[in-house]
Amino acid sequence: MPEGDIIVKDKTVDQPQGRASHSLRHESAELHVAGAAAYIDDLPEPKGVLHLAPGLSTVARGRILSMDLDAVRAAPGVVRVLTAADIPGENDVSPVGKHDEPLLTSEDVSFCGQLLFAVVAQTRAQARSAARLAKIEYEREPPVLDIAQAKAAGGDLVWRSLTMRRGDVEQGLNEAPRRLSGEITMGGQEHFYLEGQAAMAIPGEDGEMRVWSSTQHPTETQVMITHVLDLPSALVTVEVRRMGGGFGGKETQANAVACLAALAASLTGRPAKMRLDRDDDMMSTGKRHDFHIEYDVGFDDDGRIRAVDMTLAARCGWSADLSGPVTDRALFHADNAYYYPDVRLRSLPLRTNTQSNTAYRGFGGPQGIGGAERVIEEIAYATGLDPLEVRLRNVYESGTPRDVTPYHMQVEDSIAADIMKALAKDCEYFERKQEARRFNSGSRFIRRGLALTPVKFGIAFTATHYNQAGALVHIYTDGSVQVNHGGCEMGQGLHTKMTQVVMRELALDASRVRITATNTGKVPNTSATAASSGADLNGMAVLDAVTRIKTRLVAFAAEKWKVAEDAVTFGANGVSVGDRTIPFPELVKAAYFARISLSSTGFYKTPKIHWDQDTGRGRPFLYFAYGAACSEVAVDLLTGEMRIERVDILHDAGRSLNPAIDIGQVEGAFVQGAGWLTTEELVWDASGRLRTHAPSTYKIPGCSDRPRIFNVRLLDEAPNREETIFRSKAVGEPPFVHGFSVLHAISDALASIDDYRTCPRLDAPATPEMILRCAARLREVAASRPASAPSDG
Amino acid sequence: MRDAIRFWLGDELITLRDVGPTVTALDWLRETRGRKGTKEGCNEGDCGACTILVVRLSPDDGAPQWNAVNACIQFLPMLDGAQVYTVEDLRDPAGALHPVQAAMVEQHGSQCGFCTPGFVMSMVAFRKRAASMDRPPTDAEIDDALAGNLCRCTGYAPIVRAMRQALDAGPDRFDAIEADIAQRLSTLTDGLGASLEGAEGRVTIPVSSDELAAVMAATSDARIVAGATDVGLWVTKQGRALPHVVFIGQTPDLNRIEWTEAGVTLGAAVTWSRAEDALCALQPGMRETIRRIGARPVRNSGTVCGNIANGSPIGDGPPLLIAAGAQLLLRRGDARRRIQLESFFVDYGVQDRAPGEFVEGVFIPLPEPGTLFAGYKVSKRFDQDISAVMAGFSLRIECGVVNDVRLAFGGMAGTPKRAAAAEAALLGRPWDEAALGKAREALAQDFTPLSDMRASAWYRLEVARNLLTRFHVETTGGERVSVYTSAAEAVDA
Repeated sequence: MPEGDIIVKDKTVDQPQGRASHSLRHESAELHVAGAAAYIDDLPEPKGVLHLAPGLSTVARGRILSMDLDAVRAAPGVVRVLTAADIPGENDVSPVGKHDEPLLTSEDVSFCGQLLFAVVAQTRAQARSAARLAKIEYEREPPVLDIAQAKAAGGDLVWRSLTMRRGDVEQGLNEAPRRLSGEITMGGQEHFYLEGQAAMAIPGEDGEMRVWSSTQHPTETQVMITHVLDLPSALVTVEVRRMGGGFGGKETQANAVACLAALAASLTGRPAKMRLDRDDDMMSTGKRHDFHIEYDVGFDDDGRIRAVDMTLAARCGWSADLSGPVTDRALFHADNAYYYPDVRLRSLPLRTNTQSNTAYRGFGGPQGIGGAERVIEEIAYATGLDPLEVRLRNVYESGTPRDVTPYHMQVEDSIAADIMKALAKDCEYFERKQEARRFNSGSRFIRRGLALTPVKFGIAFTATHYNQAGALVHIYTDGSVQVNHGGCEMGQGLHTKMTQVVMRELALDASRVRITATNTGKVPNTSATAASSGADLNGMAVLDAVTRIKTRLVAFAAEKWKVAEDAVTFGANGVSVGDRTIPFPELVKAAYFARISLSSTGFYKTPKIHWDQDTGRGRPFLYFAYGAACSEVAVDLLTGEMRIERVDILHDAGRSLNPAIDIGQVEGAFVQGAGWLTTEELVWDASGRLRTHAPSTYKIPGCSDRPRIFNVRLLDEAPNREETIFRSKAVGEPPFVHGFSVLHAISDALASIDDYRTCPRLDAPATPEMILRCAARLREVAASRPASAPSDG
Repeated sequence: MRDAIRFWLGDELITLRDVGPTVTALDWLRETRGRKGTKEGCNEGDCGACTILVVRLSPDDGAPQWNAVNACIQFLPMLDGAQVYTVEDLRDPAGALHPVQAAMVEQHGSQCGFCTPGFVMSMVAFRKRAASMDRPPTDAEIDDALAGNLCRCTGYAPIVRAMRQALDAGPDRFDAIEADIAQRLSTLTDGLGASLEGAEGRVTIPVSSDELAAVMAATSDARIVAGATDVGLWVTKQGRALPHVVFIGQTPDLNRIEWTEAGVTLGAAVTWSRAEDALCALQPGMRETIRRIGARPVRNSGTVCGNIANGSPIGDGPPLLIAAGAQLLLRRGDARRRIQLESFFVDYGVQDRAPGEFVEGVFIPLPEPGTLFAGYKVSKRFDQDISAVMAGFSLRIECGVVNDVRLAFGGMAGTPKRAAAAEAALLGRPWDEAALGKAREALAQDFTPLSDMRASAWYRLEVARNLLTRFHVETTGGERVSVYTSAAEAVDA
């Protein structure tokens, strides 16, 4: 696509109702603002409900010598204490069948914060108080806490290492005119969903169990409960109306809380509820993986990459959880938008005595991209080229030989270069960069920096079987429509988009379409609402279900009123049947009396995709989502304090289903991504205790951290070339990557210290301390030069 | 004395006789009253999902004051005498959304919705505050109003747009009944205080400092609580039992801000929000750091003296006040004494306070003419964060040399502490680069800071030194050195 073809839009340019792509408000917006949207802890409590609180390990590694819970049992209000011995089924909640994740441990302690027992009491306060009374004796062992320690201890892996290779990387590196190597560290990230983990279980007759869980994966939660309780899946129903945020943190991490609530309900015969206190939540649940990436890159004097060799090591925590697919996805994105002629990428999913790291928006992809962008930056400093120029010289060129990924998939849809060029022009990247350099040359302590970074993000679960979805649509005789599908609402507006699919197909007003809570009894065997796939998969399933009923209605109307089927159309004023217009409810009622089924399931599976991990080849993704961000920052060299001054983003949501919701996703993802790379720092002490386990110590961005100037636009008239739902593109994860523009802008500001001659190699999170350390290092480099560099104080 | 606490919840007068001293307003609202719109996000006053509105008559001018506070760390007896509103109270009698709610809907200000009720309450409070301004609020002021509310979904941009829209909207349901609210509140102001004894413990609400002195002399287990922004966490996070709590937040003579020719005295119950203007009138150099103490809901509840009395080495107030030469007013029975604030902090966890003795107030003297003053706070996040390093600097030059200097730091030792060696390096010398260099070096004698999750020892010492440099630059004709100021100007211009 030539540069001139990029068309941008903002959400003020609304589109008429009836098209799917219009900025319908979030279906729960009025409930949200009124405090009337119910989350798990807000649901009416059944009489006699019991409350659970967890008992967590206080050492990071060792063996339990004794667990004295007498005082816990004797505490006021305590009904029962759950331990491993109380589990009737399997004491395991590994979501990947590794059997390495006991729900309650009784022998080996693998991290500080591990679930040892759970107190069941009349009130939550009583349960929490009682849990503190346990006397646990441990035989301590020295813990393995981080990537360096894990490597030093022999590099025990929680999952097989994956290698992707194409071409001959040794030869490529050796023959390249220039070569350099280095490393980058990126920290982990706490999800900090505002609603913590919570579940309520109500026992039914004959072993039935109904569970309300704040989960992104109701089917998996259901399956885990059946394992723990030794029940067939048909007896367990899991429901979720909405989550107060998920971000990947409730894909598997919701399971333990739901299983414990169900276990308590099963053993006591009473309803039971478990809601973790924020500190317990952060101490016990997994987070984004921190990564240490080593890179060796060959390139030429023009900044073109010849070969890349990268090892991506991740701190996975004590169990496998999703670390295998997360580290795989890091490899799938270690190219970001760039073509590597010869390449070898290797993952190292390392076991540590820390929380079991898990899914988090981007699922390893952002960490891989962090490696790619560092390589670009290194080449820019080595060649003296602007980093954007290096990016443009290495970007995938679809339809040329430079369009093959390290996993041998052809990139058929690359628009990364066009987006970068359009954004650079629009936000005056080069002019402002010169301006920043002029400013810096006259400023002793405050330095400004700019960076423009792209994203190319692969869309589909790399576990191919997850790429399926179901829906269930009912039309009632009054013409109102109830829709159920396998996706979960966590704030991303999925239910709103699904409503829009039905609105468009049946030409109905939003008030006539009701999305009901996600429920394993309505749509079974669902995939996690994850991998940005919620609208892609479920939208097509909903469309399928609606189309099936619509087809029946059309056939019925054509026959009844004796017109051709193509003379039956659905419009805002009703259904046109030849020259008649029949109100939709009347048509539905007539169809009912004619005994036409007004209910249908729908199903979808993503076409074209396949992936063979043994050969490292395939087409794991249906398509890629693209975008670019330009950030400008100011950095204080006295303290390392940093402020994001301006951000411009141009993002590809295909033909957006809902521009307002998609822009909201982009804005939110950017700030979350910038938070990951700047203020959000997880700190464990030497004993393995997480010291940043509450918002008082773990700092997600606040209102004043948002960019001072924040321009977000979507590409317009950019329909997905693949047949996705109304040609839209997934938007949940890709814009998270835009946060890298901030890290690189900080780096650009710091580079001024040595007159832009040294790659700052700024690691993340770039806290004030990290920035000040980097500044000190650059100052040393500058001071060691024979000719004096500009003063920076 | 009353044997009950009383407050208005929406349009209902609540009278409670059997209430424990440490039941939180949040638990009571949600569990006893079924008001599930107010959420628990962190249970420590940091995320704002539990924000409610507490209206009281101002001790300064008697007008109703609308304060957003964190319900999760408000103990229920602290609401005595107040008008309380939760998100359920916002719709007008006809059922229409409050202008703030409507703006949040229209601007797509909610995604997952869990933080939304808390944001809405902070926004309603800010609309009230902004109504008394003679100009549109700046973005920085909106940031301040929303600093106590965390959102993980939106990136805040649409919420700020909604705030702007709501500021331009017409009157809300409360504007029409403001006089009624004032009337309700004045009838609750009976000057009686309260004393409750129940299964969960004892509640005392003294009506005067004298009564407080008597209570403290007569009991050994009493814990004084003003704003509970620290003590609240003892209960919600550490599970500590407090058998007898003495709530002084509304005790009239501890709520005074008294000016004399020598300076200003803040009573023990004066919140940071109320103290802000007085302190900044006395010393404008305090404004930026006071604005960054906690966030608005914390400052609406937390007090200046509580920030001192808890003895924390990382409270932001003490370094500022020590630099300003503040004196602490202590009382035990009828005996009162006055000490330099820095001498109150003896060691980590140890203060110069006898059993039964309490902080009655703090006196801050007017600065000598020509005093150079600055407060600097350095933390990972700009708002609502605990300092890695906090500094309060005061310096006066006479006849070309430094003749008075106070360099006070927080986060650098087990207590808030003056940098004696660095001060000595400056005293009697010109305020020049050479003296600055000596003072920077001397800080290593003054402090051996710790490494923890906020910062390393290296960073703390380096920043402490660099803050001296910043102070020097800014007081010797250079421009302000701050990324934050330059940004704020860009937006507000």
